[in-house]
Amino acid sequence: MKLIILDDYDKASEWAAKYIRNRILHFNPGPGRFFTLGLPTGGTPLGCYKKLIEYFKKGELSFKYVKTFNMDEYCVFHELVKAEISHLDMNTKDYHSFMWNNFFKHIDIRAENAHILDGNAVDLQAECDAFEEKIKAVGGIELFVGGIGPDGHIAFNEPGSSLASRTRVKTLALDTILANARFFDGDLSKVPTMALTVGVATVMDAKEVMILITGAHKAFALYKAIEEGVNHMWTVSAFQQHPQTLFVCDEDATLELRVKTVKYFKGEFLLW
Amino acid sequence: MPSNKSVSDAPITQFINCRILRDHRLQRDDLWVREGKILNPEKLFFDEEGFADLQVDCGDGILAPGFIDVQINGGYGVDFSQAADDISGGMALVAKKILEHGVTSFCPTLVTSPPHIYHKVRATDRVLVSVQVLPQVSVDDGGPGGAGVLGVHLEGPFISREKRGAHPERYLCSLAGGGLKDLLEVYGSLDNVAIVTLAPEIPGSLEVVRQLKERGITVSLGHSVADLSQAEQAVQHGATFITHLFNAMLPFHHRDPGIVGLLTSDQVPENRTIFYGMIADGIHTNPAALRIAHRAHPAGLVLVTDAITAMGLPPGRHTLGQQDIEIEGLHAYVAGTKTLSGSIATMDMCVRHFQQASGCSLEAALEAASLHPAQLLGISHRKGTLNYGTDADFVLLDDELSVRATYIAGHQVWRK
Repeated sequence: MKLIILDDYDKASEWAAKYIRNRILHFNPGPGRFFTLGLPTGGTPLGCYKKLIEYFKKGELSFKYVKTFNMDEYCVFHELVKAEISHLDMNTKDYHSFMWNNFFKHIDIRAENAHILDGNAVDLQAECDAFEEKIKAVGGIELFVGGIGPDGHIAFNEPGSSLASRTRVKTLALDTILANARFFDGDLSKVPTMALTVGVATVMDAKEVMILITGAHKAFALYKAIEEGVNHMWTVSAFQQHPQTLFVCDEDATLELRVKTVKYFKGEFLLW
Repeated sequence: MPSNKSVSDAPITQFINCRILRDHRLQRDDLWVREGKILNPEKLFFDEEGFADLQVDCGDGILAPGFIDVQINGGYGVDFSQAADDISGGMALVAKKILEHGVTSFCPTLVTSPPHIYHKVRATDRVLVSVQVLPQVSVDDGGPGGAGVLGVHLEGPFISREKRGAHPERYLCSLAGGGLKDLLEVYGSLDNVAIVTLAPEIPGSLEVVRQLKERGITVSLGHSVADLSQAEQAVQHGATFITHLFNAMLPFHHRDPGIVGLLTSDQVPENRTIFYGMIADGIHTNPAALRIAHRAHPAGLVLVTDAITAMGLPPGRHTLGQQDIEIEGLHAYVAGTKTLSGSIATMDMCVRHFQQASGCSLEAALEAASLHPAQLLGISHRKGTLNYGTDADFVLLDDELSVRATYIAGHQVWRK
């Protein structure tokens, strides 16, 4: 594992974006040779997306030959609820909208190359299985970028999720629902209770994994993920067993780590 | 570049490098158009896997919904109230010219006129046909030929004698208690009529208001000496507009605010908005009065030009309805008097002046000329906004709110 510690959120976002950019450029994608990228949603990757858009606008990077696979999506299938929440900020309630507004609409990616699970599919498990097939069909994911929840979850693989899990339908933890209520007028009845998510093993299949962690509220999860053992209660800990993992964080996210750990990786970083 | 849409083969245009007026804010975002309507690019991306065929660079300009003028009497030598041989030709000329002012839809206004102006005999192809003017004015969406006609605004003749302004006294009418029948006798037809301005103190007018409202015609109060209570009754019967606030009505008085009092009346039915026309040419209303009205009821302010024949013409003597008028600079008077006869300011001038005089945001100034008139006419689901699915009628402006280009159904119909 490499632990990259930057001073603050902006620097961490920039570092992560540069890494993604350089990986794509080094791979040199072209017709028939796509760079496959796994993508997260949420507050953490926003700065990284902004930077990537900047590099695109400057002409340094193109997404024409990049295929993306998002980690998860909410299920909102009741028409009544759909109507009730249609006035809400689309970015928070629908990951399709989040990706469109914060990333896709600003770059040159083609729609057929952007894959997001469809939370409105009639047969949800079939949708999940098809997603796994799509990943297989493109030869797997080069770089999977993810975040971490305060409870240590990767995507919606919440505490107790099998570390051998694949893309599937998940019932959301009460914690997650309560945390999300603020995006749904504070009305618990409107918050989605189910979501489609890639499994821990799905992400483990990627050639390389990069986890973005910023903010003091994620510090305990980071501690559990890298200083304690592999444990299904903190599913990000699974990546201790991945040969190519990168954790990118800011100073605040290291607050629960041992001084020794931080010094070790900072020293390594200087050499890197 | 091949298009990739499963829903439609029509070309998609993406307007980039612009700030669009959406959700009451100027937002840096692109505007997408297909088949004359504003397109949702997110749906296009995810549902159709589509993309733009053509990108238009807007040079960092502002894209606002096209302006809607609900009170315009003519212009460029054309007088809608004159017994012209070619009514539709005259309207077409004005419709084409006002594209330069950012107006994409309008209500041609007929002032108080004798019945034969509303009915008219016209020779077509050697056959003498008794034709009624009003059905001839067809409602249309506009295009490269000119701004769209939303319907006629009939201002008078059921108005007050004392407050007739420039309207000719001899053609004023009262109501015989027959409701809409009385109107049809004068107008001949109510087809293609969008707005009727009348004075609610005229006996029998409340029933007319109710019936007009039932027909879907907007009723406006104006050229009237009504007190607040009479005005409120008219509102309760269905009136929703005030014709050029402050002008041709009793002045605001603190013990009887008159029609002006409707702006803050508590007798207005719930969920109903009272709109009021404002001629913001710097002449018809003192900026301080404009600010009082705006601050009292910003959501109801509708910018109108009330432009007359002489708009667009050089200074001198011209004809409006049945009377002669005199142009001096930006002022137009009833010839030989100091009574204002109408305005010659253009809509974009009004938007700029309103913004400067009131100090309101650019968004508020633009909405007073687009969203509010659309809401007044009950067409805001189609016009007056840049929401997905609405008609792609919009205007490209610079930061000073000068018009650079005008678009109808997504096509450029005028450019500076």
